[in-house]
Amino acid sequence: MNFETTIGLEVHVEMKTKSKAFSPSKVDFGAEPNTNTNVIDWGYPGVLPTANKGAIEYGMRAALALNCEITKDNHFDRKNYFYPDNPKAYQITQSEEPIGRNGFLEIEVDGETKKIGIEEMHVEEDAGKNTHNPNGYSYVDLNRQGTPLIEIVSRPDIKTPEEAYTYLEKLRQVIQFTGVSDVKMEEGSMRIDVNISINPIGQPGYGTKTEMKNLNSFENVRKGLEFEEKRQMNVLMSGGIVQQETRRFDAPTGTTILMRVKEGASDYRYFPEPDIPPIHISDDWIQEVKDSIPEMPDKRRARYASELGLPEYDAEVLTQTKEMSDFFEETIQLKADPKLAANWLMGEVNAFMNTNKLNLQDTKLTPANLAGMINLITDETISSKIAKKVFQEIIKNGSEPKAWVESKGLVQLSDPAKLQPIIDGILDNNEQSIEDFKNGKDRAVGFLIGQIMKQTQGQANPNVVNQLLMASLKLR
Amino acid sequence: MDYFKQDLSSLHDSLVNKEMSSEELTKATFAEIKARDLKISAFLAMNEEMAINQAKAVDATGIDANNVLAGIPIAVKDNIVTKDLTTTAASKMLENFNPIYDATVIEKMRQAQMVTIGKTNMDEFAMGGSTETSAFKTTKNPWDTTKVPGGSSGGSAAAVAAGEVVAALGSDTGGSIRQPASFNGVVGTKPTYGRVSRYGLIAFASSLDQIGPFTRGVKDNAAVLNAISGNDSHDSTSSAQAVPDFTAGLTGDIKGMKIALPKEYLGEGVDADVKEAIQKAVKTFEELGATVDEVSLPNSKYGVPVYYILASSEASSNLQRFDGIRYGFRAQDVKSLEDVYVRSRSEGFGDEVKRRIMLGTFSLSAGTYDVFFKKAAQVRTLICNDFRNVFNDYDLIIGPTAPNTAFNIGDKIEDPITMYMNDILTIPVNLAGLPGMSVPAGFSKGLPVGLQLIAKSFDEATMYRAGYAFEQATDFHKEVPTLGGQN
Repeated sequence: MNFETTIGLEVHVEMKTKSKAFSPSKVDFGAEPNTNTNVIDWGYPGVLPTANKGAIEYGMRAALALNCEITKDNHFDRKNYFYPDNPKAYQITQSEEPIGRNGFLEIEVDGETKKIGIEEMHVEEDAGKNTHNPNGYSYVDLNRQGTPLIEIVSRPDIKTPEEAYTYLEKLRQVIQFTGVSDVKMEEGSMRIDVNISINPIGQPGYGTKTEMKNLNSFENVRKGLEFEEKRQMNVLMSGGIVQQETRRFDAPTGTTILMRVKEGASDYRYFPEPDIPPIHISDDWIQEVKDSIPEMPDKRRARYASELGLPEYDAEVLTQTKEMSDFFEETIQLKADPKLAANWLMGEVNAFMNTNKLNLQDTKLTPANLAGMINLITDETISSKIAKKVFQEIIKNGSEPKAWVESKGLVQLSDPAKLQPIIDGILDNNEQSIEDFKNGKDRAVGFLIGQIMKQTQGQANPNVVNQLLMASLKLR
Repeated sequence: MDYFKQDLSSLHDSLVNKEMSSEELTKATFAEIKARDLKISAFLAMNEEMAINQAKAVDATGIDANNVLAGIPIAVKDNIVTKDLTTTAASKMLENFNPIYDATVIEKMRQAQMVTIGKTNMDEFAMGGSTETSAFKTTKNPWDTTKVPGGSSGGSAAAVAAGEVVAALGSDTGGSIRQPASFNGVVGTKPTYGRVSRYGLIAFASSLDQIGPFTRGVKDNAAVLNAISGNDSHDSTSSAQAVPDFTAGLTGDIKGMKIALPKEYLGEGVDADVKEAIQKAVKTFEELGATVDEVSLPNSKYGVPVYYILASSEASSNLQRFDGIRYGFRAQDVKSLEDVYVRSRSEGFGDEVKRRIMLGTFSLSAGTYDVFFKKAAQVRTLICNDFRNVFNDYDLIIGPTAPNTAFNIGDKIEDPITMYMNDILTIPVNLAGLPGMSVPAGFSKGLPVGLQLIAKSFDEATMYRAGYAFEQATDFHKEVPTLGGQN
C-alpha cells in the first residue's frame, strides 16, 4: 500500500520590539530573572494591559511578507488557563480574528517552485519561564512574559519532511529579512510545533495526526517527521490504528516517544479581551507598513544575478541571512567590485566566522573597511597576496585598510623606474635562469618572479613585474 | 468635624482663611470616624500617619484658593489600590495585601491635593448589593443600623451619609455606587464608561466597571468627578474626550430640558413608596420648567440575566490571577501545584465570589458560550439601542435608583436571585456604558429613596445640572441620619 503524508507546522516567532506587547517593560533576551518586569507583567491586582502599536505593526509586516490578507478590524481575545508562568492566568491572543490570513510561501523542491499555503498568522503574548530546581523548588522568571509573538499556521500542503525543512528555512529567512525578529532557535525566538498524518493514496480526507511540540532545530523537525512517517506506516501496515497523541522527539535515539494521548480538546474559554478596545487597520496604515518592508530575499537574489551579474550560487549564498546580505549591499554601495565583495564574503569572511564561531556583527569587520580593502586591490595599490594580510588586520582589529597599508609600507610597487633596477639586479645574479629561459624553459620565469617578489616582500605589482621582466629578458 | 453642616465650599473657605489647617481637618476627621464607625463599621483600613503627612504637605505648600479640593480628606473603596495602604477588596484572598503602586485616581487626587483618609468596606471583590459579602465586617446603614447600606460600595456611601467624611470614591459595575447612594440618602455618580481611568481598580467586570464619587451634595460630587476624570495612557478604555467643568452649569435652571421616564422603571416589583417619591420628583422637574414624557426601554427587562452572564464571565477570568503564587493568600500544607490553586482559591474566596466564578466559567465554556456569553453580548447591544433611541429625543432619563429602600441585614444574603433583582434599574446603564447618578428624593418609613438620573455618553454635565436643580428645589439632602437602630 502507498501512503500520502500530510504535515502541518505551527511556528511561534518572538518579535524584537523594544517593549512588550501589552506593557512598557523591555524585551531583552538573557537578562537577570525578573528584571525586565513590572506590575503588569506580574498580573498584579488592578493593572491593565495596553497594546503596543509597534507589535501590531511588526505583526502586520510579517503577515504582509508572508503574502497574507490583513484583517482590518482586529481585536484580542483571552485564552484562559492556570500555570505559574502565566501570571494573569490568561494569555492575550487573537483567536477569532488573526491579523493575517490566506498567505503563502514559495519553496524550492527538486528545482521546482511549490506554494505552501499559510492558513493564518496572529499576534499574541509569550508566557514566562518556569525552571525546576533539584532542590525541590520551582522558579518563575517573568522576563519573557508579554514578549510579542507571531504564530504562523501552515495549510496541509507540506507533503514530506524535506519540504517541512525547506519551508522552515524559507520562513526563517523571510521573517529575518522583515526585521521583525532575529529568529534565533538557540534563544528560543523561534519555536516549532508539528503534526503529521498519513493516508492511503486515493482515500479522501486525512489520517489521524500525531503532534510533536517545541522542537528545537530544523534538523530535529526533519528527523522527527521522518521517524513518525515510518512509525505510522508500520502501525497501519501491521493492521493497527494511529492514535491522536502528542509525542516527543528524542534526539539521541532519533525516535519519537509517546507523551500523552489526546483526551478531547482543552477548554480555554476564549472571549474578547475587554481591556483592549478593537484596533482598526486602515488601508493607509497597511500601505505605510508595506512601504517599510525591506526587500525580500527572493527579490534580492534575482537582482544580484540580473543587475550585478553574480552567479546564481553566489546570489543564493549571500541572501541566506539578512546580516550577510545587508553587509554585501553596504559594501558594494561603497563602490567595491560586486564579484570581489561576494568572493571575500563567501570565502575568507565565512571561514573566519566559522573558525572563530562568530556572527558577522560580532567581528570587527565593517562594510567600509571591506570595501576599502577591495578598492585597494582593484586600483592595484595592494596585491591579492598582501590583501590577505590586510584582511586579517581589518577583521581582527578593525583597522582602516588604506592607512594601515601605508603605515606598514605594504603599498604595491608598480613604478617601472623603481622595479627595473631590482629586476636588473636579479637577472645579473641569475645567469643560469636567463640561459634556461632562452632554451625554452618557462619555469625559469616563475623562478625569477619569485625572486623579485621575495626581494620586494611581495609588494611588487605582478603584472608590471611580468611585463618588465619579459622585456628585460629579451634584451639579454 | 461635623460634616453634616459642611460641604466642600465651606471647608475650603475655612482652609483658605486659615481658620483651620488641613492637618487639623484630617485629625478631626479621624476623631469623627473613630467615634461614629463604632456604630457604622464603614472603614477597613486607615493609615493616620500617612494621611497626616499628606495633609502637612498640603499645608506646607499653602491651600490653593482656586482648588476646592485642596487639603480635604477623602475615603476610598477598598478595591482601589493604594500604595502602602492595605487593599483587600474585602476578601480574605488579599488580607494584608500592601500594593506597591497607586491607582490612577489616587494619583489624580494627590495632584488635586486631597488627603486619602482610609479604605472603606464593600462586598467582596464588589460582588453583592449589601456589603454583607465582605470577608471582614458588616457595615450598617446610618439611617437605621439594622439595615444594610447597600452595595457593593456600602462602606463609602455609609461613611459619607454618617458624616465621617465629606467625600468618598466607590466603583459601580451594575449599580454599586448608585444603589448604596440611594439607600444612604447621598449623591453617588457612575460616570460614563471610559470617563475615569480603571488603572488600579481591582477588576470585577472590565467592560462595566467604573469609579465614581459619593458626596452629600451634587455640586461637591461634580467637583470630585472633575478631579478624577480624563484620559490615562495606562487604561486603553479610558476616553480621550475633553473633560468639561462639571460644576460650571449648576445654576438651578433647567427650563426646556427634555426628560424621559421609562414606564418599565415604575413597573412591577417597585415599592409603592418609591414610585410615589419618583412621581413627586417628576412634578418637581415639571415645576422647574422641564418636560417629562413616558418612554419605553423594552429590552431593559433582560438587563439582569445579561449582566450576570457577562459580568460573571469577565470576573471568572479577571479573578484567576488570585492563584496563591505571587501575592495574597496561599493555603498551607499544599501537596502539589494543583493543590496550591484549588485550596488557595477554595479557602481565599467567599461564597458569592465562588458562585459568580462558577457562573462565568460555565457561561464561557465551549458548549455553552454561544447560548450564554454570545447571546448575552447580543442582547447587550439591543439594550444600548433602546437608550440610543430615547436619547435621540431626550436630554435625560429619570427613574428610581432601586426598586426599594434599604432592607434588613441578613434578609437577602441567602437568596441571591432576590439580591440580584435589586440591581434591575441600575444594570442597564452599565451595560450601555452611560453615566448615571442617584440623588436623594424622599423617604419611606424613615429610609432614603434615591432618584436615578441617566444621561447620554459623556454628558455628565446635563445630569449634574438636572440633579443640582432638583436638589435645590427639595429639602431631602438636608436631612441627617441618627446613626441609630429602628427609627
